[in-house]
Amino acid sequence: MDFILENPLILALIKSLLVVGVVMGMAAYAVLAERKVCGWIQGRPGPNRTKLPLLGDLPIIGPFLTRLGIFQPMADGLKFLVKEEPTPGHVKRFYYVLAPIVSFIPAMTTMTVLPFGLWKTADGVQPLVLANIDIGILFILAVSSLGVYGIILAGWASNSKYPFLGGIRASAQMISYELAMGLSLLPVFMWFAPETGGSLNLFNIVQAQGNHYWNVIPQWTVFFQPLGALIFLVSLFAETNRAPFDMPESETDLVAGFNTEYGAFKFGLFFLGEYTHIIIGSGVFVALFLGGWNLPWIGLPAGILGAVLSVLVFLVKTCALIFLFIWVRWTLPRFRYDQVMNLGWKKLLPLAVANFVLYLILIALIES
Amino acid sequence: MATKVVERKPLSIWERSYLPQIVGGLKITFKNMFKPTVTLEYPEERPEIPPGYRGVPTLVRDPNGREKCVSCQLCEFVCPPKAIRITPGEIPEESESRHVEKGPQEFEINMLRCIYCGLCQEVCPEEAIWLQDIYSFTGYSREEMVNDKQKLYELGGTLPDPYYKWDRKKQAELEGNPHH
Ligand code: SF4
Ligand code: SF4
Repeated sequence: MDFILENPLILALIKSLLVVGVVMGMAAYAVLAERKVCGWIQGRPGPNRTKLPLLGDLPIIGPFLTRLGIFQPMADGLKFLVKEEPTPGHVKRFYYVLAPIVSFIPAMTTMTVLPFGLWKTADGVQPLVLANIDIGILFILAVSSLGVYGIILAGWASNSKYPFLGGIRASAQMISYELAMGLSLLPVFMWFAPETGGSLNLFNIVQAQGNHYWNVIPQWTVFFQPLGALIFLVSLFAETNRAPFDMPESETDLVAGFNTEYGAFKFGLFFLGEYTHIIIGSGVFVALFLGGWNLPWIGLPAGILGAVLSVLVFLVKTCALIFLFIWVRWTLPRFRYDQVMNLGWKKLLPLAVANFVLYLILIALIES
Repeated sequence: MATKVVERKPLSIWERSYLPQIVGGLKITFKNMFKPTVTLEYPEERPEIPPGYRGVPTLVRDPNGREKCVSCQLCEFVCPPKAIRITPGEIPEESESRHVEKGPQEFEINMLRCIYCGLCQEVCPEEAIWLQDIYSFTGYSREEMVNDKQKLYELGGTLPDPYYKWDRKKQAELEGNPHH
């Protein structure tokens, strides 16, 4: 046992399997949550039929879980695995197969640098993260925007008009919102520079948000940079291709957009990638703006309990944000393509620059 | 006519930011989440069929158990998709309703053709064919989807019609008034 726990390689392997498992599970259940919430909002019950033989037969819990659709993701997953996988004849086969992989991997990669908790021991605080690297946020921004290559590739490799349009839209949209997103993050890091020593490490940022101003107001970024938070959130919606910004998919005018020609498991990869993106995006938002695992006014205890608690707090906040994603999707109609571009370039970008300059001056004033 | 000029205030910046509308929409959808669902969960719950519903066409008997159809074949002719096929037959001598003279030997409605238009019911002079409340009719083969006479009467049942047209006719004939 000791040997296993002391071997860094095996430990890292266990940790990453655990994290991947949790995130994949969350992605599967995010799909269920999406369908359920969508159903409730529209006055429907949502998926409520799928039943596991043994668990579903338990007296009271069984029907309850079945009504809640708890078993639905398993059926969905199984369906994706065993479905026939047709490849249309007109596609560019190599890139066609490559595209779902390319869009899935970045989504999975970003989770490595996202801290999701902390472990307080006698000799200091340890972050719970797969890779605690100093350029954390840069890494996330860089890798997550690689995901768009998968979509563009899919659009192009499909070799038909609707996916192609979807791919083009995706690239334009990503570029537009990436700028505002990056700019809206800068003030956060400048603000916490005194506490973090100016590093881009996500863990330090979250830790810095654990303090309180005058011992009352929790130092969560969202409280004193609401505009930045809003810009980041909107860009996040755009970057994850969520309604009202789901231009690349836009099923009313583009059939299914970039994934029109995809089916079965390849489509499943796109789907999973999208939801993983949402989960990681929510995680980043929680870490940067909502204080991560910090609770207002309450400090976390040391040891295992504190670690578990910190992860739970982080997960609850993330889930709340995922709910917001779903909730917004079933509330707002999709923007028109030119409106999306307008909003990105003419509204969000200037706003982000103004926000940046404002906090630049503010921070300079405070420090002098 | 006096016209009323509607004052259109320009939107304030806050309104133009689109945010209040988003918040309003979010509020509405959030409230909706807790309202009871309107779904009819089909196989367990069944819809209530309103009177006058045009379901599967069926044949009916009168309360005495006499089949009402006199095999006039009007429905066969009116049926737009030609779903009905009737083989007319004579009513045997010893039957009580011999005076009706004709009745269907075979009566088939092909439910793969029927479009539920209700014209057969409308045209029938005897009120013998009725589109009732069966809204779901399924089968595994084409043959199964053709309702024969027996099936039609099974589905149709009895029409609670107290007029007894043919009994009166017989009565009148017996009383020496055949053209009643
Ligand atoms: S309902 Fe219309 S289509 Fe069906 S049998 Fe009667 S006349 Fe024909
Ligand atoms: S059902 Fe009515 S219309 Fe059709 S043959 Fe019989 S009596 Fe005539």
